[in-house]
Amino acid sequence: MQTTSKTMLDTFISKAELVSARVSRVKTLEEAFAYTVALCDGKEMCPLLVSGCELNLSEPSMQLCREKIGKIIAAPGLDQEQSTALRTLCADKGMELIHSGLRRHLGGLDIGFTVCDLGIAETGTLVLNSSSEEVRLATMVSETHVAVLPVSKMRGTSYEAEPELLAFMGNTPSYLAFITGASRTADIERVLALGVHGPLELHILLWEDN
Amino acid sequence: MQDADTLKEYRKQCQEALDDDFLRQAMDAFAKAYRTNRVKAFAGMNEKELIAEIAAAKDVAISRLPELYEEFRFKAEQAGVHVHLARTAAEANEIICRIAKDHGCRKIVKSKSMTAEETLLNHRLEADGLEVTETDLGEWIIQLRHEGPSHMVMPAIHLSRYQVADLFTDVTRKKQDSDIEKLVKVARRELRAKYIEADMGISGANFAVVETGAIGIVTNEGNARLVTTLPRVHVALCGVDKLTPTLHDALRIIKALPRNATGQAITSYVTWITGANACATGPEGKKEYHIVFLDNGRMALAQDPDFRQILRCVRCGACANVCPVYRLVGGHRMGHIYIGAIGLLLTYFFHGRDKAKNLVQNCINCGACKEVCAAGIDLPRLIKQVHARIQNEEGHPLPSVLLGKVMSNRKLFHTLLKTAKWGQKPVKEGTTGYLRHLPMIFVREQNFRALPVVADKAFRDEWPAIRPRVDKPRFRVALFSGCVQDFVYPEQMKAGVKVMEGHGVAMDYPMGQSCCGLPLVMMGESKAARDVAEQNVKAMDAAQCDYIITLCASCASHLKHAYPKMLEDDPRLAEAAKVFSAKVIDFSSFVSDVLGLDKNDFSQHGGQGKIAYHSPCHLCRGLGVTEAPRQLLRQAGLDYVVSAEEDVCCGFGGTFSMKFPEESRELLNKKLDNVAASGAGELVTDCPGCVMQLRGGAEVRQDGLRVRHIAEALAERKK
Ligand code: SF4
Ligand code: SF4
Repeated sequence: MQTTSKTMLDTFISKAELVSARVSRVKTLEEAFAYTVALCDGKEMCPLLVSGCELNLSEPSMQLCREKIGKIIAAPGLDQEQSTALRTLCADKGMELIHSGLRRHLGGLDIGFTVCDLGIAETGTLVLNSSSEEVRLATMVSETHVAVLPVSKMRGTSYEAEPELLAFMGNTPSYLAFITGASRTADIERVLALGVHGPLELHILLWEDN
Repeated sequence: MQDADTLKEYRKQCQEALDDDFLRQAMDAFAKAYRTNRVKAFAGMNEKELIAEIAAAKDVAISRLPELYEEFRFKAEQAGVHVHLARTAAEANEIICRIAKDHGCRKIVKSKSMTAEETLLNHRLEADGLEVTETDLGEWIIQLRHEGPSHMVMPAIHLSRYQVADLFTDVTRKKQDSDIEKLVKVARRELRAKYIEADMGISGANFAVVETGAIGIVTNEGNARLVTTLPRVHVALCGVDKLTPTLHDALRIIKALPRNATGQAITSYVTWITGANACATGPEGKKEYHIVFLDNGRMALAQDPDFRQILRCVRCGACANVCPVYRLVGGHRMGHIYIGAIGLLLTYFFHGRDKAKNLVQNCINCGACKEVCAAGIDLPRLIKQVHARIQNEEGHPLPSVLLGKVMSNRKLFHTLLKTAKWGQKPVKEGTTGYLRHLPMIFVREQNFRALPVVADKAFRDEWPAIRPRVDKPRFRVALFSGCVQDFVYPEQMKAGVKVMEGHGVAMDYPMGQSCCGLPLVMMGESKAARDVAEQNVKAMDAAQCDYIITLCASCASHLKHAYPKMLEDDPRLAEAAKVFSAKVIDFSSFVSDVLGLDKNDFSQHGGQGKIAYHSPCHLCRGLGVTEAPRQLLRQAGLDYVVSAEEDVCCGFGGTFSMKFPEESRELLNKKLDNVAASGAGELVTDCPGCVMQLRGGAEVRQDGLRVRHIAEALAERKK
């Protein structure tokens, strides 16, 4: 097993922060759950309003805004035990936890929670096996993406990650995502704006699993 | 989208762009920011090596496209993908419409694809009654405005927030604020509704990786992820040039593409799709997934020994970002569909001669694009070559033919130049050295700069009298003057001789030399250009000297890089051209690096105030010489001050300034404004062409700026 050097981690953190990802460290997955629920709880936005819904929209788009009620965290890909742990935390705060049926929530979700498969330090990139449609949607339609990255999965460069990337792709059908920072655009007057289609925020939790 | 029929009409369109204040200001700000961001993005990396590796890997792929296609198809089909090959743009559109029909699709969401722009796919889909929505913010904006992209990466760069706010007001039927964050959110919500309704998603692809059968899509917004996930049908449209043998090739390109495009280390998303993935609304829970490969001339281009390198392009858009012409007129004028330097080339190959014939002339040959190209494509040279091809196909315009005929006959050419001396008498302005009234052929639009007169005595006629005698030479050199210094500015040559004198340099000026031929290349006269190259290689007889020295940056770079290429197919000359090329050196490098002139050789007292430097395109990029001239200025005790954008083109470009005077004028004025801002009273440079442009401009502006060749400034201070 490769050991993840401090410099590699530092590079990852600085590169990810450069593209406005918020990076924190957690010791356990439980800690990551607690972080996520606290984040969702503290979300400033009115829980009934997904981003953009406060603006002047066309009628059909307004319609979509009206569908959401209550705060929702989507965490597909967790096993039974993990799911239960997170659900308990959510229930305490009156939030809903879902792990499937995300197509019913395309108007918007509060948080998408995923555990990533690899990290690429040189660019602050997360690699997420998104072959499950639910995982894909959780990281696309949610307003905030909380991504846990086990430190043992950190690689220095994309080239170093290459054999593992090939293995993912070889397991067809495969949908593999490199995610670096939040969804962004500079299409209007080259002014950077986050969250044009996907998450407005990306939180990365480095899970010190080794 | 440039679609003018005649050059005149095209120039009119360019003028309109020049008059668009918002565009000018947006382009200027972008050009400046991009330069800095790109440097930052590549900091600490070996950029040149990376680019060379990309080029080499792409060349391997280009040489095996048909096999790569078959291998990819096999792989992808195994994973449940339907793979198609369209020979033409129309065929690709046809295939996609049929897929939509077969699967009962009515509403389509698209993520950005230049290839779909190339085939004008939306027009065809809409003609079939399908509703198409572009989901990339910039693409959506231009779709709503019924425009084409004005940049390959930032398609709506020509628009202001106010224009976008008005547009969104129309679309939502609600008043919209011009706050950019809010506009982006409005787009987020409006487009979200479109994704949900759509039953077909169309994407492009940056890579088709043969070893895995995967496509790779590079985006910032993440719209491609929704486009390829939500609808039950996905069609990826992909040029066959995107086929690449390994994932490693793609990862390598990703190291350069976002850095070169926007100065980002990587885009927010890179999506790899291999096979028909899970899709809740698809047949049997699977996506109906098709990849349509587009040939549209690419396979044939891959067979062309020289032009095949065009297929290396990774569509980063950098060649537009740094192009001074793009900066002036914007993407709608500097491209048909593809934009910037690569756009000039691709327009010819994908959209035909008619669309390309005016466009290819709008290149000043400054080499800025080549310098940054992520795939190491020799863009400026190929642009000139396409121009020549078009002339060969369409017939050469008369002035161009005459120029070719005259210039390839040295004696005739020189006689005419000498005769011009008499012809200009009535229009010569006293003893100022400028033409008072421009001759008829130079109509009014040329009067943004004064044009010089032909000198009374050509350098070649003075040479026998001034040739220094050297007893025990350290170096034997042959001087190559080029026409401008021979006939217009012989004083620059004399100054150069004076600087080199006394350092053991035995100089020769071979009389058989003629124009270097670059003006012919610029006019698309490749045969005549080759003929003068042959004459010069023979006349200069490189075997007899250690160096061939020229004080003209344009000549130097043309002699050094173009000659071996032009003569490589001629067994009699190929070797001689190589020897010749190896010996060519520019004046500043020779004096500074070879002769090693330093402080001791120049008076260190009585400098005349601040002096600015213009770095000629063909010196800094053409020959990669940047330090030598600046070093010399300092050694000569001159107060050299740095001005903004020293290495941006002055707008001369030889015959370019005659063809596109409006653009030439803008570039010239920008340059002189930058020099004025530096507070310098004098401007020196390494090229007589630049001197002609800059001095003529300063004369018209009457801003008291003295413009000289660097040799003149040095000669004056030599001990
Ligand atoms: S050589 Fe200069 S003017 Fe011509 S396309 Fe390249 S950057 Fe533009
Ligand atoms: S030609 Fe080169 S610089 Fe221009 S888009 Fe293609 S790869 Fe980029």
